[in-house]
Amino acid sequence: MMPTRPSIERGVLPWLWLSALAATAPHAIDQAGWLNAFAATLLALVAWRWWRHAGPLPRWLPPLIALSGGTGIWLTFGTLFGREAGVALLVLFMAMKFLELRSKRDAMVIVALGNFLLLTHYFQNQDILTGLWLLFTFWLLTASLVRLHGGPDDWRANLRQAGMLAIQAVPFMIALFLLFPRIDGPLWGLPADAHAGRTGLSEDMAPGSIAQLARSDEIAFRVSFAGPIPPRARLYWRGPVLENFDGRRWLRHPRQAPVARVIAEGPGIAYESTLEANQQRWLMALDAPLAWPASARLDSRLSVVADKPLEARQRLRMQAALDYRFNVEEDPRTLAVNLALPAKTDPRTRRLAESWRNQAREPARIVALALRHFREEAFHYTLTPPLLGDNGIDQFLFETRRGFCEHYAAAFVVLMRAAGVPARVVTGYQGGEINPRDGYLTVRQSDAHAWAEVWLENRGWQRVDPTAAVSPLRIELGIAGALPPGEPLPPLLRLGSDWLRELRFGWEALNNAWNQQVLGYDTTRQRELLQRLGWPDADWRSLGLLLGGALSTLLALSAALILLRRPRPVPEIRLWHRALRRLRVDCAPGETPHMLLARLHEQSPHTAECLAPVVAAYIQARYGPPTKNTLADLRLAVDRLPRWRLL
Amino acid sequence: MTPTKSPGKDGRPQVFAPVLDAAQNVILGKQREIRLAMSCLLAGGHLLIEDLPGLGKTTLAHTLARLLGLHFSRVQFTADLLPADITGVSIYDRGQGDFRFVPGPVFAQLLLADEINRATPKTQSALLEAMEEGQVSIEGETRSLPRPFFVIATQNPSHQIGTFPLPESQLDRFLMRLELGYPDAAAEKALLAGGGRRRDSELLTPLLTPADILRLQREVETLHVSPALIDYVHALIEASRQNPQFRHGLSPRGGIALLAAARAWAWLAGRDMVLPDDVQAVFVAVARHRLVSVQHGGMVGREAVDGLLTQVAIP
Repeated sequence: MMPTRPSIERGVLPWLWLSALAATAPHAIDQAGWLNAFAATLLALVAWRWWRHAGPLPRWLPPLIALSGGTGIWLTFGTLFGREAGVALLVLFMAMKFLELRSKRDAMVIVALGNFLLLTHYFQNQDILTGLWLLFTFWLLTASLVRLHGGPDDWRANLRQAGMLAIQAVPFMIALFLLFPRIDGPLWGLPADAHAGRTGLSEDMAPGSIAQLARSDEIAFRVSFAGPIPPRARLYWRGPVLENFDGRRWLRHPRQAPVARVIAEGPGIAYESTLEANQQRWLMALDAPLAWPASARLDSRLSVVADKPLEARQRLRMQAALDYRFNVEEDPRTLAVNLALPAKTDPRTRRLAESWRNQAREPARIVALALRHFREEAFHYTLTPPLLGDNGIDQFLFETRRGFCEHYAAAFVVLMRAAGVPARVVTGYQGGEINPRDGYLTVRQSDAHAWAEVWLENRGWQRVDPTAAVSPLRIELGIAGALPPGEPLPPLLRLGSDWLRELRFGWEALNNAWNQQVLGYDTTRQRELLQRLGWPDADWRSLGLLLGGALSTLLALSAALILLRRPRPVPEIRLWHRALRRLRVDCAPGETPHMLLARLHEQSPHTAECLAPVVAAYIQARYGPPTKNTLADLRLAVDRLPRWRLL
Repeated sequence: MTPTKSPGKDGRPQVFAPVLDAAQNVILGKQREIRLAMSCLLAGGHLLIEDLPGLGKTTLAHTLARLLGLHFSRVQFTADLLPADITGVSIYDRGQGDFRFVPGPVFAQLLLADEINRATPKTQSALLEAMEEGQVSIEGETRSLPRPFFVIATQNPSHQIGTFPLPESQLDRFLMRLELGYPDAAAEKALLAGGGRRRDSELLTPLLTPADILRLQREVETLHVSPALIDYVHALIEASRQNPQFRHGLSPRGGIALLAAARAWAWLAGRDMVLPDDVQAVFVAVARHRLVSVQHGGMVGREAVDGLLTQVAIP
């Protein structure tokens, strides 16, 4: 059966089909199962019918399929609009369009839909692999266009031509990327739950909560230092400070004390931190922060807190001093909070603390006694500590003696408070891994840590890390070096062999470069770049001008290239065309000079009379045996034509 | 359509004009077809005439043979015709006590193969081999055919019952394929008034000799062809290969045939060079039977071939 409308070539369909598959496939990861099955069935049906040379579907079937698909989406999402439902609808449309694929116009719709679907993948994921896949899909789509418009039957030739077209577009892409005016914030509003499920430090701490986090190798943030990287044992990245203890959980104290006073005792260290989105406001500044972004503030517990939760990856410039004094004079109410303990819990711990208090009157000596206790007794650093019941601190200090950093920090703080030294738990990250490829320091969730802070008279708040007393390797080498084999570490950190490590470093450096240079290219970066190019204070108007200028220059260059590479017509043809122009005569593609003359004889005998000598000379010059004078004769004949038309 | 003739340096019109005039007096109203048939002969190719019975196919062949002074023979192809009926056989001569070769009708200078599609493929191929090689092999002995050797085959449209249509590969051996078609009203009335044409052709006297024809064929071969014209012929071949209506385009042999026919046409027009006009004049006759339609697998329609001429720009 032949369709009545002008049909597209049979060879076009595999191209369109593959493009559609490539454009929709990544959505299968996060779409509902029935939808994937529905779209896959439709595509399979299309392929099968193509294979069997099937005729058009019965007229009533496509509307029925469209209706059932739309109903399914409405039942799944409760709407047909919005991001999720919209994407689902587009995926369905893509598969359904094939059912009514007859004319070239339908094929164009599929290509346009495919190009639009490319965009939707960035809603979900913006990493390099997605970018590469979309590039590949774009290539396929362009090849489909080439094939649709009379491209060769050979698939390699099609891909080659499409690739050439795409490569020719690269300068324009770069110009648009660099110069298109950026908008602060995302171009389209992402819903609040876009990054839900991300792991990160929470605002409370119970035994086991950080150990849980340490099993994830997800990246929390990356840091590049302006100067040399400080020793890793000194890298404490501060998150929430926990002061309230209920016998089991540590919580933040709701009251905001007056601002923190920090006195730097060493040089300032400048660094740039790129935080992954985590829906929290803690910016994980290096202790102790001296400078922070304008969109954040320093709270009274020395944590840098952003004004808004982090909804997208963000680059922050900060400064820190490794040696500092913090709140040498502290608000008595804060000190009281940091001495409070729940009544009647952990009696053995209290007795131990009291014995230390009697032994040494000075708080600093009590701290030293406690650290010695941790160092000398048989404590064990492990990711899988036994569960603790009531009086958990007693149980841990005197029975199990196996714990992760939060156990040590909590027990230490309880001991200090019982001994009358103000103390609190600080959570955050410690250390990080230096990527030798790009010099970035990568801090992962597995670097999550908890330590303690004690307040000593005349010295202010002092960091004390009891974990360092138990397992110095944790602080010097990181968690992977400190844990014995058999602990449930994330596999990425276990990678022992050198080449695998190298591979991981290379891949992470590549990802980081992509994040920094491509995804992180925002208004600020754009302004910096333009400044370096000698274009200070560029606003969107001058950006528009610059962009327009760059694009026109590129267009002019490519036009010039095309014109230069075009073969120059031989002089005979140029003269012939000049004659035709002068007489304002058009010659059809397959019309020979004699035919033209015959036609003119009927239409306009005078013009024919004028043209006749030119025709004779042109024929002689172009088709006759090569002699010297023919070209001159032709030129003469053309020059003799009247300069303007008299009729 | 036909460009104005200017007398050539070597007085070509004087040689050939009487031949054309005489032929036109016998076959009325078919100047163009006669001219094409002459071109085909001058280009050294064979001619296939395809049309319904009674349109003057045989008369055309007769007339050409008489006017050009060629030794003429005719074979009516039938389903029981054998290859030996064309090529000849050796018979035993009792008087001499030896085998004697009796040449078949193929040993002529102009062979009219009437209704070639009525014979079996085996017989057809015996003739086509002779056309291609200019010689026949009989009983292990190769015998040259006289020169010039020119075959005019006629064929009724092949959808008639009891025919063996020539396969593509053998159609390709014919330089040109012509359709005579009905004469126009004036020619038809003149024909009715003037009586049978076959008789007229028998009264003709030869105007040329076979030697003249061989000389003229060589002259045609050396006619000037400019690079621009080669470009045009190539563009046409290329367009026929790109056209989705055709199963495949013209072969290199088809291209050579096109140029040879255009040369002969230009020579007949009295020119010392070949023009795109000449290529266009012979294009349908040379190209159409070499192109196969994608849709029905038969010969393509005339419009599709004409379409190539209007689409392909003259470089």
